[in-house]
Amino acid sequence: MDERQPAADLQIPLPVPNLDNEGFWEGCRQHQLRLQSCRRCGQLRHPPRPMCPQCTAVEYEWAPLGGRGTIYSFTIVHGPTLPVFAPSAPYNVVVVQLAEGPFIVSNVVGCAAGQIRIGMPVEVVFEDVAETTSLPKFRPV
Amino acid sequence: MPMTSIRDRAAIVGIGQTAFSKHIDKTEHRIACEAIAAAIADAGLTPKDIDGLVRYDIETNSELAIIYSLGIPHLRFFAGIPSGGGAVCGTIVLAAMAVATGQANNVVCFRARNRGKRSVTGPGKFQGGRPWERAPSLLTDAYQYHIPFGLVTPAQEMAMIYRRHMHEYGTTTEHFGMVAVAQRAHAARNPNAIMREPIALADHQRSRWIAEPLRLLDCSLECDGACAVVVTSAERARDARQRPAYILAGAQAEGPIHIQLADYFQHRHEETGARAVARQLYAMADVTPRDIDAAMFFDHFGPAVLLSLEDYGVCAPGESGPFVAAGNIAWPDGALPVNTHGGSLSEAFIHGYNHILEGVRQIRGTSTCQVQDAELVLVTSSNTDPTGAVLLRR
Repeated sequence: MDERQPAADLQIPLPVPNLDNEGFWEGCRQHQLRLQSCRRCGQLRHPPRPMCPQCTAVEYEWAPLGGRGTIYSFTIVHGPTLPVFAPSAPYNVVVVQLAEGPFIVSNVVGCAAGQIRIGMPVEVVFEDVAETTSLPKFRPV
Repeated sequence: MPMTSIRDRAAIVGIGQTAFSKHIDKTEHRIACEAIAAAIADAGLTPKDIDGLVRYDIETNSELAIIYSLGIPHLRFFAGIPSGGGAVCGTIVLAAMAVATGQANNVVCFRARNRGKRSVTGPGKFQGGRPWERAPSLLTDAYQYHIPFGLVTPAQEMAMIYRRHMHEYGTTTEHFGMVAVAQRAHAARNPNAIMREPIALADHQRSRWIAEPLRLLDCSLECDGACAVVVTSAERARDARQRPAYILAGAQAEGPIHIQLADYFQHRHEETGARAVARQLYAMADVTPRDIDAAMFFDHFGPAVLLSLEDYGVCAPGESGPFVAAGNIAWPDGALPVNTHGGSLSEAFIHGYNHILEGVRQIRGTSTCQVQDAELVLVTSSNTDPTGAVLLRR
């Protein structure tokens, strides 16, 4: 990492949507948090996958969620980490348990690292990180 | 007990390794060959006697490359176990199955791994150095739900799980530190260990943050080295050159999680692979955790030892921190000496394979932190899924 490029020249690694998960990423692009919901048994699941692990149905819909949740766990990253993220260190990564049940990995924005606590209520906000990609982030409620 | 079992059907009769180093300056191919040749010689065998081979399936060295270099004339049995730290003991389970069923007579299992910062690297995804540094710019697998948020390295992934343990049970980073201190004291007696200078809890607490709540001294070493064993049938083991380490029991488990290593998408404490392995293992062996004389717990990070103590029933959930703080994993006086070679934090991080070698040494009576009359030793893979473990006995 001796010849580290300035972060401005670096792009964060981006998700490549496929037929099984494109509804999630398309929702993010439209700034709406949508998760897979089984058409047969109604179970929500994340990350996306082609089959419902509860009932094996392959039919699902992309259900809009309320976007609220609480911090389930978190880390404050000091590094080493990827060069694109290094200038932001120390930065947080959190697991949010959504009000509807599922968990999602994200970052808390608008909050000092020292203020993050397990159980903290948060709500989704979207960050446009590339022309085709927006990421669901969370801010304190 | 089912009619067919691997219980007591196989034994580890040879162990071999290279030096462990921050920068060994040899290819992974060469260190694999060196460790395997040493294990075969230790068993009193020659490459001509080897007819089975088990590797991690992320291992750079194919079975073809190994037998081509070592002059092994013919494999009857060869396989890979998925994952890295989740593989470890699964290789031994599979080798034991092979010899118990006559599919092979003498099986080599190994791990060769150059992961020092200046290691000899290659073009393969898992070849040398830090694999996470080579994260692709376009993410097609489940890491697309992590990496764009800056969750990239195993330390960062596991930090979340340990933070949750702190939250639920009051575990502290001082408890983490006592694991590092105990293992360093063990390594101080071990000439093979990379880190031998004793540390105090204050040194741990002063070491820099990597991913809170993990500090530098909670992390396994980024280093180079290879380890290998030879597994043979219990019958052939009776004539072995060394005292055999009989495989009393072995088990694997994989729970439905979204990536290897870390699962954030369900409550961890509902059920883990390690707990499933522990149940299978103790049932097959007909022993309890109290019967174990020493444990080699997979320790990519020190707090993994805490969680493993709970998963394997040595402590009740939440009690591992106080258990370790009371000196219970420290050789020679602890109730259950753990990672008596120094483990991944202080001897070397060979993806857990050095733990198997230390388990065998405890059974042979040749550890540099020898537990007196050790008769039963537990060795485990990474405590998160996928995982596995073996019980070795005299």
